[in-house]
Amino acid sequence: MTAVDLTLSERRARPAGRANWLTVPVILGLIVCAGWLVIALTIPLWSPYDPLATSGLPLLPPGAQHLLGTDALGRDVLARTLYGARASLPLAFAVIAGGVTIGCLLGGLAGFFGGWPDGILMRLTDVTLAFPAILLAMVMTAALGPGLFHAGIAMVIVWWPIYARLLRAQILSVKEQAHVEAAVAAGVGRSRLMRVHILPLAITPVLVNATMDLGQVVLLAAGLSFIGLGANPPTPEWGLMINDGTIHFYQWWVALGPGLAILSLVLAFNFVGDGVRDLLDVRTPGRSP
Amino acid sequence: MTAAGAAGPAFSAGPPLLEIRDLAIDFGPPEEPLPAVRGVDLTVRQGMTLGIVGESGSGKSLSMLSVVSLLPATARVTGSIRLEGREVRGISGRELRKIRGAKVGMIFQDPMTSLNPVFTVGDQVGEAIRTHDPGLSRRAARARAIELLADVSIPKPAERAGSYPFELSGGMRQRVMIAIAIANNPALLIADEPTTALDVTIQAQILELLKRLVDERDVGLIVISHDLGVVAGVVDRVAVMYAGRIVEDAPVDDLFAAPRHPYTRALLGCLPRLDRPQAALTPIPGAPPALAAVHEGCSFRTRCGFRQPRCDHEDPVLMTVGRSQAACLFADQIDVAPATADGVAP
Repeated sequence: MTAVDLTLSERRARPAGRANWLTVPVILGLIVCAGWLVIALTIPLWSPYDPLATSGLPLLPPGAQHLLGTDALGRDVLARTLYGARASLPLAFAVIAGGVTIGCLLGGLAGFFGGWPDGILMRLTDVTLAFPAILLAMVMTAALGPGLFHAGIAMVIVWWPIYARLLRAQILSVKEQAHVEAAVAAGVGRSRLMRVHILPLAITPVLVNATMDLGQVVLLAAGLSFIGLGANPPTPEWGLMINDGTIHFYQWWVALGPGLAILSLVLAFNFVGDGVRDLLDVRTPGRSP
Repeated sequence: MTAAGAAGPAFSAGPPLLEIRDLAIDFGPPEEPLPAVRGVDLTVRQGMTLGIVGESGSGKSLSMLSVVSLLPATARVTGSIRLEGREVRGISGRELRKIRGAKVGMIFQDPMTSLNPVFTVGDQVGEAIRTHDPGLSRRAARARAIELLADVSIPKPAERAGSYPFELSGGMRQRVMIAIAIANNPALLIADEPTTALDVTIQAQILELLKRLVDERDVGLIVISHDLGVVAGVVDRVAVMYAGRIVEDAPVDDLFAAPRHPYTRALLGCLPRLDRPQAALTPIPGAPPALAAVHEGCSFRTRCGFRQPRCDHEDPVLMTVGRSQAACLFADQIDVAPATADGVAP
């Protein structure tokens, strides 16, 4: 009776569909991310050099002793680069976690209830989005003193409205989908409707964006440090190190380490973000072979 | 106007399951209402199947969505909708949820989008059960869901219960939708264009399944369709809607053999038939009137081949002719010969 249906559904069996998200860039991204994570966690255990102490002559070019050379104060660039992950990674995760939490809470309320809470929250996001991150970071630094933590707070403040708007828009569109009406017709209550039928579908792009934004936070943090609004010297931080590199322009290795570090981490986060999207979005066409 | 109740012993068994009286649905500002449904009367009894047929915008879906209050918030509903003798119009949200799914099961047109894409179909059938029986354990709901999937003729139901909707074909998904609709043994099933999105071969299977469920479970079934051919094989009785009204209500055999309303005749003329050689199909000229149009006289008259001077001024009400009822001033004079939709005035 249903031979056609059956072959169709068997051809699309789940294992084949699930394996699809693990593409080469995604695997590479995961490896790089995992590598940086391991480095950030274990570097004090095995680093041959202290990132804060002079360990050789100043501005030594890369060589056997110092794989990426030394900076103007004779500190090992490689060690400082690897230690830099201990500043950037936790900051990136904290900023995204804070932004996603606040954004989802407010965006979820706005999307689900609509009406005046929606109006107020959305105007609030408009105002916040109109505020440049750098300006806000400057204000924070002026008020609280420079430091990575304060830069992080400034970044959370500029980041949450993105997630709030995204989630709200998603909820509004998912709310209109036929399966939500079907669930209402089946007698499903309001809170369950939100938790089971709307939120799991609406949250996907937020999670994808959050993964990709990890890289953006790393970039912005480095940028803020670069212009003196983030980490304080002598903290090993990538933006600060690149700033050092601008003074010693012909000693290219001073900026090479942190530059490569930022490049690799941002790329890796973006690749992983693509993977997360393919993994989470059941509606991505062409997922099943 | 006891529409479906009066005729034939087959239709009058048991008390009425659903009684709609003088239902009207308006949209737009109250000063200038846009009437989408006007004066609809319907009765459905246990074990009885009713087809509601009409063009897009004739009000067929709106009428049925109003039974479970699924209309958009801007709709204004008047009239009476009684389910098992109890008025359901204007009841609280909590009461409404006890009806939705438990007393009235809905089957929607598009099985591709009417299932939640992120849960397995087994979970979704299980959810339908647990929504109205919260005390039931997950495991018991799962077992019951698998039984239901078997009931709707899904092969290897235990395996399929673990499938996500995207892994199933359209016909399979529609079966899952039907399993969800019957999960709580509702007394009434409403299928809104249940086969429109499906292949013809699958259509026949789904209609066969609906028919079997009505026989086995003794439920009332309403099939909404724009396709007379679809309802012909499934239902006992057909209500034809035009411009927000029921224009003809008749046992299915009578409707096909001797349509009493010119619109029904015209609809049959649009239907390709194998048993009667016919040079060409006859489309109905013109288009249905706009909602806002001023209604004086018969709303079908501008497209009617039988138009008479009286039609311009008199608003036809349902007239009983034999076992049929038709809202045409000349329902009793229209030739009883099988419709060939020649559309010629008598």
